[in-house]
Formats: sequence, structure tokens, C-alpha cells
Amino acid sequence: MAGSQWELPPELCCRPMAFVALTGLDVVYNAVHRAIWDAFCANRRADRVPISFKVLPGDHEYPKCRTKRTSYEWYIPKGILKTGWMNKHLNLVPALVVLFYELDWDDPQWKEKQSECATKVEIVRTSLQGRNTKVAVVLIQKKTPLPPGEDLVASERASSLCNACDLSGKSLFVLPHTDHLVGYIIRLENAFYEHAQTYYYTEIRRVKSHKEFLNKTTHQLLFVRHQFKIAFFSELKQDTQNALKYYRTAYSLVHELRAHETNMLEIKTMAGFINYKICRLCFQHNTPLDAIAQFRKHIDLCKKKIGSAELAFEHAAWMSKQFQSFGELFDEAIKLGLTAIQTQNPGFYYQQAACYSQERKQLLLQLPWYDSSYPSPDPLDTQSGGLDFYGQRPWRQGHQSIDPPDAEKEKTGILALQIKERDVPHSELIIALLSNAVAQFKKYKCPRMKSHLMVQMGEEYYHAKDYTKALKLLDYVMCDYRTERWWGLLTAILTTALRCAYLMASVKDYIIYCMELLGRASTLKEEQKGRIEKNLLKVLMNEVPDAEPECDPSSVSAARSLWNDRVALSGSNEFTIEVQDYIPFIQCKAKFFSPSFHVDQPIQLQVFLRADCPHPVTLNKLAVSLSNQEYNQWCVVESSGQESMSLIPGKTKCYNFSFVAKTEDVGKKIEVSVMLGSDRGRCVFLSWRGAGGDAASNHEALQASRSSRRWGRGMETRPELDWDNLIMQHSTMIISRVPKISVQLSHQPPALNNEMYCISLTVQSQEEGVAKEVKLTAGLKPGQDANLGQTTHVTLDGSKVCDDTAPALLPDVPLGDLKPGEKLERCVYVRCVSTGPRVFLFHVAYSIDTTVEGRQIVCKCHKDETATIETVVPFEVSVKFVSTKFEPLDRVAVDIPFLLMTDILSSSPWPLVLASSSLQLLTMTSNTPQLQSQLQEVVLQTGECASECFCLRCPPLTSSNNTVATGQYLISWRSADSPLIQTTVTLPHVILESVPLYIHADLPSFGRVRESLPVRYHIENRTALVQEVEMAVEPSDAFMFSGLKQVRLRILPGSEQQMLYNYYPLMAGYQTLPQLNISLPRCPTTNTHTLRRFLPQRIFVKPQGRQLDDASIAAA
Amino acid sequence: MAVCIAVIAKENYPLYIRSVPTQNELKFHYTVHTSLDVVEEKISAVGKSLGDQRELYLGLLYPTEDYKMFRKLHNSFTDVMCNPFHNPGDTIQSKAFDGIVSGMMVQTG
Repeated sequence: MAGSQWELPPELCCRPMAFVALTGLDVVYNAVHRAIWDAFCANRRADRVPISFKVLPGDHEYPKCRTKRTSYEWYIPKGILKTGWMNKHLNLVPALVVLFYELDWDDPQWKEKQSECATKVEIVRTSLQGRNTKVAVVLIQKKTPLPPGEDLVASERASSLCNACDLSGKSLFVLPHTDHLVGYIIRLENAFYEHAQTYYYTEIRRVKSHKEFLNKTTHQLLFVRHQFKIAFFSELKQDTQNALKYYRTAYSLVHELRAHETNMLEIKTMAGFINYKICRLCFQHNTPLDAIAQFRKHIDLCKKKIGSAELAFEHAAWMSKQFQSFGELFDEAIKLGLTAIQTQNPGFYYQQAACYSQERKQLLLQLPWYDSSYPSPDPLDTQSGGLDFYGQRPWRQGHQSIDPPDAEKEKTGILALQIKERDVPHSELIIALLSNAVAQFKKYKCPRMKSHLMVQMGEEYYHAKDYTKALKLLDYVMCDYRTERWWGLLTAILTTALRCAYLMASVKDYIIYCMELLGRASTLKEEQKGRIEKNLLKVLMNEVPDAEPECDPSSVSAARSLWNDRVALSGSNEFTIEVQDYIPFIQCKAKFFSPSFHVDQPIQLQVFLRADCPHPVTLNKLAVSLSNQEYNQWCVVESSGQESMSLIPGKTKCYNFSFVAKTEDVGKKIEVSVMLGSDRGRCVFLSWRGAGGDAASNHEALQASRSSRRWGRGMETRPELDWDNLIMQHSTMIISRVPKISVQLSHQPPALNNEMYCISLTVQSQEEGVAKEVKLTAGLKPGQDANLGQTTHVTLDGSKVCDDTAPALLPDVPLGDLKPGEKLERCVYVRCVSTGPRVFLFHVAYSIDTTVEGRQIVCKCHKDETATIETVVPFEVSVKFVSTKFEPLDRVAVDIPFLLMTDILSSSPWPLVLASSSLQLLTMTSNTPQLQSQLQEVVLQTGECASECFCLRCPPLTSSNNTVATGQYLISWRSADSPLIQTTVTLPHVILESVPLYIHADLPSFGRVRESLPVRYHIENRTALVQEVEMAVEPSDAFMFSGLKQVRLRILPGSEQQMLYNYYPLMAGYQTLPQLNISLPRCPTTNTHTLRRFLPQRIFVKPQGRQLDDASIAAA
Repeated sequence: MAVCIAVIAKENYPLYIRSVPTQNELKFHYTVHTSLDVVEEKISAVGKSLGDQRELYLGLLYPTEDYKMFRKLHNSFTDVMCNPFHNPGDTIQSKAFDGIVSGMMVQTG
């Protein structure tokens, strides 16, 4: 293939490695040898020395070394670099030949084997006559060797073998064939590597030594050659720093050569090779900027070196290859860890390569076309089948003077090259390079560059006549340019796409591209638009359109026959084109008059159309399809007369539609999409999803709104309907008819907790007809706190308190029909168990017959009222425990009476009637025989308090628990005339204590001065033990007394002692009774102090009255 | 001297684009358009690093020869934007701007 002429030779592109030949190994039949060879070849990872090994037979003929030149005086070089040279040193001339020979130190036939080995070495040496290649011998031994110095036989025999083979001791190795083969092999190859290094070093010295014989006039080519060779040997030696240095020298030398038309190709070829090596090494040394700088310099130097004009395409091909191989090197370096950036990535080089390939194609096309056949004999044929030197012409190899030796030969040679160039699949090359570039730009976030390259690929496919692929690519990127609003570029792409569509006779594509090229985004001139419109009309009439300009004439005739076939085909002449994503030449906007319509109003819809093409367009049909298909029949216009449906360019045409919505669509949206039809021979429907608009209209509307915001009212003065300011309304909501009834609520907030709260509802009809099936839904508005649903109960029956089963919302309570003007009242009772605000909903629904535009419809209407009602507690209850002396108790003594006091404090804004109250005791017993409520029929105003007092006693407990529940307090109450409500208050728990000794006194309620006052103390032993009690009465100023002043007594368990004293008051008024001191020696925790609380402290003593005043005393 | 001058809206569409008439106009349009990749990247980088926000010149956008005349053009563009009759976002149709651009272009003929 002709393209391969420009490929870089593989020996240039590979990494040079030292070449070591292994001989004496029979890898086919000898298993041991096979294992040794495998150990050399297998697992050559980066950590092993870079050597390329080859197994050669012992008598292998190495390339002959030419006799050394003694003088360069009469030598004229024929070219820069021989084509075989690199391969020779990579693969043919070894740096070291290793002879493998099986021989143990204690071999019985040592003498014979030693001489056989020496012969083999001699054969190799002879074959390498004149070369500096080293020879080494490896003895394959079965036994593990002893440590050096211990085996005397071995050292003696080794030196004798070295002598016999003329080897230095460093070139003789022993390879014991034991378990650690790989380890031995690695040591061996490291030794080989050192020998190879020495070899390449001497080769470099040898080449350098030629320099002194050269002169600058005749040996210019040799300067380049020698520098190249030194650099290449340095690479083989793995001395890449020096290699780079020599390649750089070689590069500058190559540009110092006298360049003329005959050797231009040779110079460029070598410059390209050396440049490749430099860039490669720079990337390898991780200095990518050096590589880029070198490549730029290279391109700058070579850009203008075109050579002969007839072969200018060769230069373009070479340039393309330069860029491509640099791109590949760059890409390779990235794969090895280099980071590239957006503005410097391999993509640019591939792109340039593609560019030059395009130029190459162009240059070929520009050549004058001679109708000449390929010359015979083939001037490109050489005897060897290849070239001797890189970059030379096959018909004049080795020729180095300025003028060609034979003008006629030159001419046929050029002709042959030109003819060969015609067979090159240019488009294929260009597309491959472009797609490489696309991949790179995609990676480096250059979407626009990617699109641009895809356009180029599309164009190249177009040139290659692969229209399907071209259209696929162009179609793909078109929308990018459309959304970015680059109309100039979009138009250019569309023009190419239209050509493709024409040449393929793809009717639908053709129509789409025509439509867009006629549209407002197209930057085509009026006359071009006119031509396209004419073609579009032809296609619509099912005729063959005229050819697009700039199409290849042969393709045009093929296309014409395709079109004729297409036209002849009947059927499939109907297309629907979704134009939303294009910018078609007809614009459409649709709007509902309002975002919502009541079901009893006709729905109004406007469709605006506008054409952007140069000539008027006629339409056949305008249809609107709505989300409910049943409405579609009302929104169709079909042309009856011609003029009614034609669009004049630049003028907006408006179509009005109106229809009546169905009652079942209440609450639904109606959406619109517009279809335009034009059927003449071929029928094309343009369809807009939603309410019209296209790829560009959003931005236009935005711009229009910006300018109208600025100019404000100025817009209204414009006489014409402004297209850009038309706002689409793509859907409308159908909402229910406005109800003509009034719903009123009357109630008196706040509601009291647990009360049956009455809300009265008045519904009055203002309808002209009968409101039928009036229904009420009342109760808690849904969507509030979920707990409210549990604590709210709604009922219509206010006569008794509803229970917890009543729902929170009463649905659909039928209220019957309502005649015009009629009024209806209902009471709804609400019981709120918890406090806080609540929203109540009252929803009155009905249906009514009505007429819209002559159509009878049944409308459902409803009216909602809500009320927020706060619930408060009616009263607060507080409870306390006190002793019989009205002292607050924190503990209650067992079996000793105490008092329970309740207070009811009204917080209701209205008077509360307390019907009754009662206690429900659990463990306590009442100390009074009958519990009659003290609050019966008490009326509490706001802030008033009602109290009650109960005397209770706690019986001895069986359980050890000293905390007991008291019970409940029940209050029956009502407000105004509502039913009785019972509120239950749980009484607090009390802590019990038991007392070992209980003492109480019987004494009259008052005394009288100087009258005897008998007091009897009862002392009860409540323990199971006999208690000894010491009692003493302290003297008091206010009393004299008789009785035991100090006594000690014993009380049996559970029994009682009585002590009787006669007190004799001496003073009137509240007097402290004589203090009783009691102590219990057996029960030290109980002392006078703890017992004294049971005893009265004071008594009221009346003054001594006169006998006559008895009546007045009694009155007091 | 410039061969092509373009002013691009922040939504990346051209507000103004002109090239030397004799040159390949379409090629320049593509070049300007593809340069926007780099502009987009650079602008997003500025937002991140909070570098010198006042430096309006973004530098080289495309590996090609550069033409440094940004300030002059920007001043003229500011004048266009200050025109109360200009609607930002619309394409630029201004004689003064045209004049400045023509002065910066390669003189042909």
C-alpha cells in the first residue's frame, strides 16, 4: 500500500537493546538447553538488563565486514543512511557471541572435549572476522561447583581451557545445571551485558575515529551518518543522555546539508527520523516541553521544504506523518504517566496530521489529469526490491548531484508516483486521524473542538460518498451548534447535510434540512433561500428537485435516478416531522386565553403562525391535538379557498378556536400540540410538541422580555402584534363552576374542653335553578396534626354527650335540594377532648343544570368555609390533704382521720353550673357516714372558686407498700343549657405512715373561766408489744388541774388507756392547754414532739358569765 | 494585525464576528468557536482560585499566533454596552464598533 511509504521503519521506532547471540544450544531436542533458553527469554521484565537474545547455530554466518577503508580521500558517499544499517545492528551483528558447551571439570575425556570446544570458538571467531564482537564460553555442568579456590582441578583446567580457546578468564563462565537455574542465568546475563556495553563503547570510538579523515565539502553526508550511528550505538549501550546529544548534533547537521530538489526527500526523511528519536528520548527523559519545542522547530524548518511541485502531495503526506507520529509519541507518554492539558494534548497533532492529509488530497486533485497509463518498465522497481538509502528515488539511487542524471527517467518516475497516489484511500486516512483527534479532545474537555472535528469527519465521509455516515455525524453535532446559536456554522453544516440528503434521495432528511435552511437561523442569502424553497415545493409536489450546487456531476446523475425511483413509488408519502428541536421556517405559538377556565365557560385557544421563508407558503390544514382527544374536532381549520390558509413571510397569522370542556375534565389540565399539514402529492405534517416554539425561540423570548422590561410601556404602542413577545400558554386548567350559594357559620368561641360545642351553619342559595343533592361535609379539616383526629368528635345530635366513637369528620351529610333563594340551617356539635386550636372545614357541595353555548351540562359546585376554634379548659381542680387541725400533711397516718380539700376554680368565660360532685375512693374510707355533695347546683362565674372538704381515714394496710392511690373526684357540670358533662379528676397518691402510739383527747369545744373543763386523753398502743408510757402534765399559768401529774403506766398491745383530767381555766381568751409530756422508753423514735401533733394545742375560754346573761350568751 | 475579531455572549453565541473578507471566513468561525472550550475552562478556573479577577485578558486560547489588542476592543465593547438603546444579548450592530474593528484588521487592498 502506498500509504506505508510514509510509515516510520519499525527498527527506528523500537527501543534499541544490546544484541547477544547464543550458540551451541539445541533448544529443539535437548531439554536442558531448552530450559536454559527459556530462562533467558521468559519474564523479561524492566528489572532485567535490556538485551535481545537470539539462538544461532554454532556455524552461523554473520554479516561480512567490509574491508576497512584506509583513506576517505576519493570516497564520495551515495546517501545519508543505508536502509539496512539499523536492522543490522539490532538483529544481525551481535555485541557478544556466547558459546554454550557441556563440560564438567572432572570429565573423563577432558582433553578431547577441550579441543572440541576450542574448535567451536575458532569457527565463531572466523565468522566474525574484522568485527569487534566479543566471544564468551559457558560450560554447562551437571555438578554444583565448589567454592572458588577449593577445587584445584577446576582452576587448573579452567586456565588450560582459556589458553586453548584464547579467552580471557572473564569470558569463561560455568552454568551448573541445578535447582537455581534462573538465579545463575540472571548473573550470567549481567556479565553478558557488561561485555556488550564494552563492545558498543568500542564501536562508538571506532565511528568517532573516522571524523579526522572527513572533509566538509565532499563528506557532508558522512557527518550526519556518523553522528546518527554514534547516537544509535549510545542507545544500544543504554546511554540515552549521550544518544540525545548526538541525535541533536545529527539533526543540526542534516539541516546544514545542501538541499535541492533531488535530495529534498532524503533530507526530510532523515530529519524526520532524527526528530522522532529526539522527541522519543525527551519524552523518555520526562522532559515533554523539550520534545514539543524540538517538534515545533522541526516543523518550522521543514514546513517550507516542499521539493518538486509535481510531488507536493508527498510533502503533505510527510508532514501529516510527522504530526501523527508525534501525536502517537505524546499519547504513549501519557499512557506512561505524563499529564497533558487542554491546550497541549495529542489531539492537536492528530488534527494537524488530518489537516495535512486533507491538503495531500487537495494537492493531488489540483494536479493536471493526464490520461496516461502507468509507465513500463516500472521506474519504482529496484533490483533488490527496496532502496539502499533512506529517502532516495528508486530510479536514481545514490545520485547526489543537483540535476537529475536523466530528465526522461525523472518524468516517468514522477508520473508513476502520481498515479500510485491516486490509489491511496485518502478519506480513510483523514477519517482515522480525525477520529483519533476526537478521542483526545473528548478526553481533554474540548467539546467544541470535538464537534468541529466531527463536522470535518462528516465532510470527509461526504467526499468519500458515504452519505449515510456523513449525515449521522453531521446530525449528531448540528444540535450543539444550534443550542450554542452559531448560525453561520449551523448553516454551513446544514448545507452539506442537504447535499448528502439530495444525493441519497432521502426525502424526509431533505425536507428537514430545507425547512431549517429556510428558517430564520439560516444565514443563506435570499436567492439561495428562494432556490431551496422552490426545491422544497417540488418535493412536496412529488417531483424531483434540482441538484444542489457544488455536487459532483457523476453523483448528481446517480442521485437523479434515485429520486426518480422515489417519486415513482406510491405510498409512504406522508411524513410527520417533529420540528421542536429544529428551527423550521414556519414558527408556531399557541396559547390558551387564560391559565384556567371555569367549566361553564367556553375555552379559548389561539394559534399563531409565521413564515420566515422568502415566498408565501400555503397550508392545507391546521390541527390542534389536545390531551383529551375529543376536543380535537373543534380545533381544525382546513383550506377551502386558497387565500385563507397562506402565510405571508414576516406576517403573523392568528387562528382562534373555542370549545366547551367536559365536566369530567374538571381538575385536569388540557395540553396542546399543533400540527400543520400541507398535502399535495406528498403530505408533510409539521408537529410541535407542547404549544409550539423551537430550538431558538426560548432565547428570543428572553431577549424580548429583556427589552420590554427596559422600555416598559413603549411596547404597547407598537401597532403590530410582536411575535417575540407572544408568550405561549401550553396548558389550561379546567376548574369547577363558581358556586352561587352562601355558607355562614355562627358560634361562640372558645370551646370548652369536653363540651358539646355548637356551630350553626346557614346555607342560602342564590342560584337561579334548583341546587340539587346538597351535601355537607363537616368536621376537622384534614391535614392537621394526627392526634387531633383522635381527640375531636363531631356529631349532629346535640342532645347528649357523644362518645369516642363519633368521627372527626362527617362526610356527605345529605341536606336535600335547595330552591332558589331558600335558606337552610344546621347545627353541628363538636366535642374536643384536648385543648388547643383546630381548623374545622364546612364543605357544601351540590349539582346544578346549566347551559353553555347552547349545550346542557350538569355542573358540580361546592363552597368551603373554615373556622379556627380554640379549646380551653373550663375549670381547674386543686386538691390538698390536711390534718384534722387543718395543718398540711405530707404523710398520712394509718387509721387516723384526716381531711381532703378540693378547690374548683372556673376559667370559663361563661357561668358554669356544677350539678354534683362525688368521691370514688379506693383504699380510703370516709370518716363521715354519708357523702353528700357540698356543691350541688352551685353556679360559678369566671374566676370564682368552689371548695369541698371530706374527712377520710385510711385503714391499716396489708401490703408493705406505703404509697396508696386515693381515688377519683367526679364533677358533673354544664354550661348554659347544654347536656351534663362529667369530668373526672384523679386524686393524688398519699404516703402512709404507721404510728406506734396514738393519743387523742376528748374535750369540749370551749371552756369557761373558773368552771371545770374535763379532758379525757385516750392513749392507744398500736404495736404488738406492751408499751410503757411515762406521762407528765406541765403546769400552766392559765389552768389549774386535777389528775395525775406524773404517771407511768403500761398498755397492752392493741388496747387503750384513758386518762381523765379536770382542767380549771383561770383566764379568758385563747389559752394554751397544759402541755402533756409523754415518753416511750421502749420506742425511742416516738417522743412527746411526734405525739403532740395529735393533741389540741389551745382552747377558747369564755369569761365567766353572769347567770342573768344566759340568753345573750346563747345569742352570741 | 487581526484577521478575525469576535465578541461572544456569556451564553457562548456570537454577538459580533468579522473576519478579513478574503480569508476563509468559515474556518475562522470554527476557530473562534473551538477556542471557547479553553475560555470556558479558564473562566471556571478563575472562579475556583479567586485569582486576579480584574485581569480580563485570558491569554492564548488556541495554539496559534496571538494578536494582542484586547484592551482597545474591550473599551469599544464597553461603549456599545453603555448605549441605552442596546439590548444586552442582541448582536452588535454599531458603526463605531465596526470602525474600531476595521482598524484592527489586516488591511487588504
